[in-house]
Amino acid sequence: MPTYVDPNACNACQGVHEGPLCVYICPNDLMVLDSDLDKGFNQEPELCSECYACVKLCPQEAIHVRGYADFVPMGAVVQPHRTQTTEGDGLRWEVRFRDGREFEFTYPSRTRPAGTVVPYENFTEDRVGDLGSQGLAGEALWLGVTELPTVK
Amino acid sequence: MALPTTETVECDILIIGGGMSGCGAAFEANYWGDKLRVVMVEKAAIERSGATGEGLSAINCYMGQRYGWNTPEDFVQYVVNDMMGLAREDLVYDVGRHVDSTVHMLEEWGLPIWKRENGEYERIGRWQIPIHGESIKPIAAEPARTALGQGNLYERVSVTHLLTDANDAGKIAGAIGFSVRENKFYVFRAKAVVITTGGASNVFRPRSVNEGLGRTWYSVFATGSAYGLMIPAGVEMTQMEHRFVPTRFKDGYGPVGMWFQYFHARVTNALGEDYTITRAAELDKYAPYGSAIPTPTPLRNHQMYLDLRDGLGPMYMRTEEAMEKLAEGDPAKMDQVRNEAWEDFLDMTISQALTWAAQNIAPEETPSEVVLAEPYIMGSHSGEAGAWVSGPEDLSPPEYFWGYNKMTTVRGLFAAGDGVGAAPHKFSSGSFTEGRLAGKSAVNYVTGNPDAPSLSNPQVTQLQETIWAPLETFEKFSGASTSSQVNPHYITARQGLARLQKIMDEYAGGTSASYTVNGPTLERGIALIETLREDLAHLGARNLHELLRCWELAHRVWVGEAHMRHLLHRKETRWPGYYYRSDFPDLDDQNWRVFVNSRYNASNNSWDVFTKPYINIVT
Repeated sequence: MPTYVDPNACNACQGVHEGPLCVYICPNDLMVLDSDLDKGFNQEPELCSECYACVKLCPQEAIHVRGYADFVPMGAVVQPHRTQTTEGDGLRWEVRFRDGREFEFTYPSRTRPAGTVVPYENFTEDRVGDLGSQGLAGEALWLGVTELPTVK
Repeated sequence: MALPTTETVECDILIIGGGMSGCGAAFEANYWGDKLRVVMVEKAAIERSGATGEGLSAINCYMGQRYGWNTPEDFVQYVVNDMMGLAREDLVYDVGRHVDSTVHMLEEWGLPIWKRENGEYERIGRWQIPIHGESIKPIAAEPARTALGQGNLYERVSVTHLLTDANDAGKIAGAIGFSVRENKFYVFRAKAVVITTGGASNVFRPRSVNEGLGRTWYSVFATGSAYGLMIPAGVEMTQMEHRFVPTRFKDGYGPVGMWFQYFHARVTNALGEDYTITRAAELDKYAPYGSAIPTPTPLRNHQMYLDLRDGLGPMYMRTEEAMEKLAEGDPAKMDQVRNEAWEDFLDMTISQALTWAAQNIAPEETPSEVVLAEPYIMGSHSGEAGAWVSGPEDLSPPEYFWGYNKMTTVRGLFAAGDGVGAAPHKFSSGSFTEGRLAGKSAVNYVTGNPDAPSLSNPQVTQLQETIWAPLETFEKFSGASTSSQVNPHYITARQGLARLQKIMDEYAGGTSASYTVNGPTLERGIALIETLREDLAHLGARNLHELLRCWELAHRVWVGEAHMRHLLHRKETRWPGYYYRSDFPDLDDQNWRVFVNSRYNASNNSWDVFTKPYINIVT
């Protein structure tokens, strides 16, 4: 079972989010709330791509990955921890080999805090006059060349 | 069991799918259509949905026009050659000329892009720039979500069918689907629809079939719905015979581009030979494409395939050799290369990092196996299956232009990303860009065609009964067996998927058939898949999650059938390394440098398969 939930760490996101965040984010509708345990649960581990979306989002770091039994030997750990980098939000990855060797890697994820983007800021394209043109919204600002190329 | 309630959503533009191209469409359509209602529907949550949800370690489509790196013309030359001569030059050019603006905006929105000391972007290859891209999808989704505004984004709703106009089957009217969280149908009535849903993984039997079934190379949640929605609606499709077979690190399917292009690693076989050297002469058979630089992707596969066919595996990426060369004996440099090597996986294919850790593979010490994966059918990345769409007015000849850029042959229905055929090499940035193009074009269409479409109530009711049938079937017949898994009245979605994958693997050139087909195997496969399509009326589902899987399967079955019908039509081997026709083993430019198109006719359950001419625009 690729992702699994540590029952001692999961609190079903009580007080943080209405319903567990893993259920909210899973792109393949795998994570569900086990109503008997009141904990997150992967209902179809064979269709888990180990994308780590739930692992990265879990406020309790309660979700882990045990590699696919059909080709991943046991005993390794790859676990992300949210962190700050000099460039902004990032992840610190804890990597532990089967033979016990340990590595740590930290990479930035985004240079700007989530929720701070203002769409169309300083765009100059005229919504009526330029609708028939080939140019896209914001290209006067962002294309990087003054004229949109075409085949002559 | 009574049918659940229905919520009808009225809108001007409906965007189906919230991946990269859907987010691009939402961003653009809301700019130009600020007075229109633009709605997006997505089966998951857009922060992590779609093929880029896990993240990316590079943007693979960037011209660098501002640096003078490449022109859109250069891009077309490259793409057409990589596709062995077949791509719509107008569509490829269109993405190329706009894509830089997408990349620059992604950086502005918070995407960390690697830089050189002079401030320019770092480069991996001619079109590829490295990024710290773990969060590329939430970064791309944020402005789309904001621009859509509250009440216009329907998440956890799975769209199963398109709806055409009650008085005009050649015109779009909306779409229908169901909530995967509560018993509820959604009917969207829209003047224009932009379809941005995904290509197809898990149509062919993958190499890992137990827990690893989820570790497909393309997203396991990319279920071919771009095609499964459009084909039954009678949309003309193109290049559905095309497939992509990725060369990847074995089993974890970690990316190899960084290793080949940035670290300059080579792959060697059991004898220590490099197939790009020992099999160099093989390229001459495929001139002019084989003699160009770089060697097209399928031909590089083909060279490796020949080694594997001759029993010369395993194939190893010589990571240790490449890293030693890059580090030049300097421990600090080695640390940097190691850091970059692991980021390549941790940004986008974390399973490969876990596989390395579990197999005690430190890349500076131990080479790592690579493999040819199972085939995937897609319209982005290196695939070119999808809808036959209009190009832009200033680029396209009359044969390729019918009024609105990215519009399919159904009026008011637009496509982007995996849904657009013959327009490969878009990757993430190009898909977002193509979504923007489709979004603007849809606003133009609605401005010129402001009348609301008519929905046919009998059509909607009939579809609702069809959509809900697996739940009804399960409830009705569960008493016929003590097992929920073995019942003479239904099969489950998982059982149907296994049947599809077996047919495709054995009759359509999957891994167990060494990627090889001929006319009779395809005809047999088509007969078997036709009966599978009939059996889809007898699926059983215990809950909404299984109902979702039923409709994902239905979409995948359409992809498989279309793929085989197109393979049968193209009587040559255009892409060795992706597939071989044993009855037509050569590439035949004289007769087959044409697009293979098809149209399914629901009224009599028949397919027309035919060709469309290749028109040079840039090359």
